Amino acid sequence: MKLKQLSLFLENKPGHVKIPLKVLAEAGVNICTLSLADTAQFGILHLIVEDWEKGFEALKKAGCVVNTTDVLALVVSDRPGGLAELLEHCDACSLNIEYMYAFTRRRGQDAIMIICFEDPDKAIDALGDRAVAGIDVMHAADLFNETEPR
Amino acid sequence: MAKQSSAPRKKTPVDCWDPAETLDPVLLRDLQVERLHAQMRRAQQVPFYRKAFEASGLKPEDIWSPEDIRHLPITTKDDLRDHYPLGFLAVPRSEVARYHGSSGTTGKPTFVAYTRNDVDTWADLCARFLYAGGLRPEHTVHVAFGYGLFTGGFGLHYGIEKVGAAVVPVAAGNTQRQILLLQDLEPEVLICTPSYALNIAEVCREEGVDPHDLKLRYGHFGGEPWTEKMRQQIEAELGIEAFNNYGLSEVLGPGVSGECAEHNGMHIQEDHFLVECVDPDTLEPVTDGSYGELIFTNLTKEAMPILRYRTRDIAALETCPCPCGRTSVRMHRVVGRTDDMLIIRGANVYPSQIEESLLRVEGVAPHYLIELHRPGALDEVTVKVEVLPAFFSDKMRLMQALREDIQRRIETTTGVRMQIELVPPQTLERSIGKSKRVLDHRNMA
Repeated sequence: MKLKQLSLFLENKPGHVKIPLKVLAEAGVNICTLSLADTAQFGILHLIVEDWEKGFEALKKAGCVVNTTDVLALVVSDRPGGLAELLEHCDACSLNIEYMYAFTRRRGQDAIMIICFEDPDKAIDALGDRAVAGIDVMHAADLFNETEPR
Repeated sequence: MAKQSSAPRKKTPVDCWDPAETLDPVLLRDLQVERLHAQMRRAQQVPFYRKAFEASGLKPEDIWSPEDIRHLPITTKDDLRDHYPLGFLAVPRSEVARYHGSSGTTGKPTFVAYTRNDVDTWADLCARFLYAGGLRPEHTVHVAFGYGLFTGGFGLHYGIEKVGAAVVPVAAGNTQRQILLLQDLEPEVLICTPSYALNIAEVCREEGVDPHDLKLRYGHFGGEPWTEKMRQQIEAELGIEAFNNYGLSEVLGPGVSGECAEHNGMHIQEDHFLVECVDPDTLEPVTDGSYGELIFTNLTKEAMPILRYRTRDIAALETCPCPCGRTSVRMHRVVGRTDDMLIIRGANVYPSQIEESLLRVEGVAPHYLIELHRPGALDEVTVKVEVLPAFFSDKMRLMQALREDIQRRIETTTGVRMQIELVPPQTLERSIGKSKRVLDHRNMA
């Protein structure tokens, strides 16, 4: 169920976010979604790509500071309060969230959130395989074939 | 008003604190030799010097002129550090009246000691340059130097007391409150580092206070190198006359030299110090007026008779007579250092201290770049540090924690809070051998 996210360390300077994106373009790796966290001095770029292994190798070869992080893709009902309910469940299971961002593709009527839990394994135990009614953690393999672009 | 005498005025004696400041040069040389003999005898109590004298066979009687000083052993900061904490003490501990210290590369200070007589001499020498720079018994003096192991605060304090003026021992920090005191206690004299003087002017304006409305007339500044341009700026912004003074804890603290109203170099108190100006590589004296490294021998200090201390400070000496009537040799402002020591907001910082701090932090490479700026009045320091790929985290929280850890460790070692900038590996420029680790944009020239 765990999904590999590519995490990149960037200097907060003009043009620096473009560098890894170009590397991925040249390697033919499609970016599905991303989030960027920044401070005045540096930034952290989180990427979900279709072929993370190929992307990872290409970025490493290009000299980027990159590592992988296990994240989960959770289905969230696309209506007011959908995400709030999901987070209620996480709270109830004492799961700490480091950060999250929205996935650009959707499944049917539902949206998908990429969530980095402090402890992804604990999150899978608590939420995975429909352990909680209304919570659906997607399998990494289904992330692309069960979803479609918005 | 007193009636002016119509008789031709007799040449007035020089208006100075101590007649010793105008000693006839020939008599001064005799006094220096006599005091150097006594100092060598005191130095015999220090194993470091005793060994050197035994090895060379040099005796006080072999010294006939101040120039013979070159036969004496050199003392460096490393020598002091190697004999930490008190290996250079020449008197029993019971005779020590005071300890001070200065920062060192290892985080350990080097200590200096004073007997009761030393503290008195120190007060007198500070009184000399303060008096030369306008201080009179009726004045009030605002001292914004740190009081503590740093010699600046106490040295100036005693000098002011010696002159008979009133001290406001504000010490460093809390500029808003300092401005309140400057307004309400109406001191005529300000004592601090030159950059702090500019900071006071800046904060005054922010607070809506016109510095020219203060009663300040004179300022005595030291503790860090500064430029003629800064003097003009301080004088214009605060509406005062600014005086430069120089000293270092290893040979005394403030009081080694200071300017008179002519502002043409700092008079070295030659009856207490022998100065040499040498080529830092050959240790040969440079020609008069040329820049070289200053070496000081304290002629009267009892507790720690330091001989020929290499200051690492680059300056030029001036022997032509000063119109003020003082007869001593003068030194021009310090223009640089022979080592890589940086003076940041008055604190001595060595790049190696930053390297040592980084070695204690897991996750960063000991590659760094120190960038110094002076956007307003105060120095700002940024240290760029390379993060090792294995320690890069996707979690901002952990990266910030790493940054704060580095900042804390550097502050613990150097005493200076620096901005830390994390950069990817291999992004800082490497050069063969010693890499360029400092970019000083402060424009001190």
